[in-house]
Amino acid sequence: MSLLLKELKQIQGKKGYISEDSMKKLSKKMNIPVAKIYAAATFYSQLHTKPQGKHIIEICNSPSCYLNGSLNIIKYLEKKLKIKSGQTTEDKRFSLYICSCIGCCDKAPAMKIGKEVYTSLTKEKIDEIIKGLK
Amino acid sequence: MNIKINNKKIECEEGKTILQVCKDNGINIPTLCYQENLEPEARCRLCIVETKDGKLITSCSSYPKEGMEIKTNSEKVKRARKVNAELLMPEHMDKCFRENKNHDLCRLIHELGIREVRFDPKKKYKVDLGASVIRDDNLCINCGRCVAVCDKIQSTWAIDFAQRAHHEHVTPYSEKNLNDVACIKCGQCIAACPVGAISEREHLQEVLKVLKDKKKHVVVQTAPSIRASLGEEFDLPPGTLVTGKMVAALRRCGFDKVFDTNFGADLTIMEEGSELLKRIKENKGFPMITTCCPAWIKFMEHFYHDLIKNKNMSSCKSPHEMLGSLIKTYYAKKANIPKEDIIVVSIMPCTAKKFESTRPELKSGVDYVLTTRETARLIEHFNIDFKNLSDEDFDPVLGMSTGAAAIFGATGGVMEAALRTAYELATGKELKSVDFKETRGLDGIKTGKVDLDGKKIRFAVANGLKNARELLKEKDKFDFIEIMACPGGCISGGGQPLPYEKEKIKKRIEAIYEEDKRLPLRKSHENPMIKQIYEEFLGKPLSKKSEKLLHTRYFKRSPF
Repeated sequence: MSLLLKELKQIQGKKGYISEDSMKKLSKKMNIPVAKIYAAATFYSQLHTKPQGKHIIEICNSPSCYLNGSLNIIKYLEKKLKIKSGQTTEDKRFSLYICSCIGCCDKAPAMKIGKEVYTSLTKEKIDEIIKGLK
Repeated sequence: MNIKINNKKIECEEGKTILQVCKDNGINIPTLCYQENLEPEARCRLCIVETKDGKLITSCSSYPKEGMEIKTNSEKVKRARKVNAELLMPEHMDKCFRENKNHDLCRLIHELGIREVRFDPKKKYKVDLGASVIRDDNLCINCGRCVAVCDKIQSTWAIDFAQRAHHEHVTPYSEKNLNDVACIKCGQCIAACPVGAISEREHLQEVLKVLKDKKKHVVVQTAPSIRASLGEEFDLPPGTLVTGKMVAALRRCGFDKVFDTNFGADLTIMEEGSELLKRIKENKGFPMITTCCPAWIKFMEHFYHDLIKNKNMSSCKSPHEMLGSLIKTYYAKKANIPKEDIIVVSIMPCTAKKFESTRPELKSGVDYVLTTRETARLIEHFNIDFKNLSDEDFDPVLGMSTGAAAIFGATGGVMEAALRTAYELATGKELKSVDFKETRGLDGIKTGKVDLDGKKIRFAVANGLKNARELLKEKDKFDFIEIMACPGGCISGGGQPLPYEKEKIKKRIEAIYEEDKRLPLRKSHENPMIKQIYEEFLGKPLSKKSEKLLHTRYFKRSPF
């Protein structure tokens, strides 16, 4: 199974997501039923089975962030990007996800965009960050 | 090892789980996801018991330790069990209360004394309307029994769990429908499901409609294994043969003729036996593999393309398709009824047959397929007092059959029937003992040898497709192979009465062999009606007409 995860991560690294075709190819290569590959790929929230936006926004909703108003930030982002969490914008620029603790409880609410971490979020700060992304 | 269960000292062997030890000692523990012969999943958390220090553990996956003290029915256990059951699936329970369905979960809810729904239903999921298997995710409680069966018994891997926590659900890959993936429609998941979330695609309403239509001549045929299982739906003990009652009941439902698929089985043996002899003569095409099981055929088309390329598969249609073809040609002509006005209904223990009858290449003579369970509902619909019916016989010509056909419903039956005929046709000698003991029993793989006029035929029988995969690894060691998808053969098919218990299956098989013994003729080629139909209509086995009506081709399908 750890071998499978390695392969899945590699595919995602190359293509941004794990397509049906790649799952089938991997199934043949590793002799693992495709239903099991799909099961693994959907179990981990870091793996995606659908095409993702250029920027993947993961916003923390664990207790510290929650108590510091992460729900308001999530709602604001959803309104701003005109998508619900778990979806991708039509222009394929942004995908929005709610995630678990990313270890920035001291500067809650926090979020990740790609590998970059942003903390102490406010609506104004969100506007600025989104504006700064290409 | 000594342990204490409910303050009673009990001696137990090592290697048995707490659940098994309790069962051996007559202590009942409710289970839901647990299936005998398969590894415990420990998902449903209903089999919990309390240890000495007040911990709750799942008895299906825990082993006793020396000096252990267990309580199976303490207040703590009872309370936790009840909440666990309530949490399993609020929406399903809601439906249970309204419809009072007879599933394992509903029974448990009753046993545990749950009378109201306290938790919110989970969000709506889709309903997968397949050609023969329907899956309603809204009723599913994620116990994992279907996934385990598809994986560990059928090795088909059509479904698995996707996502996790409260999003977790059972699905084919990429949320596809069962129709669009390599699902073989065997229906073993239906048999495994404790909540009725998976069921057969009903043809019952369509059949009721044609039965009302006066212009249609509706003909029904019943598979070999139905007569040994239908009685269970009417509270008769497992293994009761209800051949006569079944025919009587079907006549009362309004079918114009009641024919016997066993006739088709005899015909299959004539064609398949002759095919085997032809292959022996030409010395090619070994091993030859039987093709009576539509789930196995679909499995082969998905996963074993080389068997098609090397022409290992017999070209025979399955018995009910053969009979369907004959009803629409031979019988239509004889009874002087236009083919278009005849409707053929097959009563089968099988959900894959429903899919089979939609195959375009078969130009199937069969219009509708009912499972054993649907047939019981049909009989109930007409308010027929099944238990007190007096016996009636099948209609003549296509209703006459031999003991060889009767055993088609059990694993090894097709092989035994074929050997009886092939032996006599090849050697010209009479077969003294018609019982081939090597082909009988519930073992996954059975093998043996028989001498056919100088040529030693090495035969093998597999039931359950995981066993078939094992057998096919060394297929070159055999000349003749029978494969049936369901463990035990058609007798435990996906359309048979629920719930499934091994003891019941054994009784049904005994009944089938009893029927074989009871019949005066026990070899297919001795069936006088078979002789008649070859003389009058088909010519001889493997003739041009036979090839056209009784044989078929196979196609490669995607393994995904």
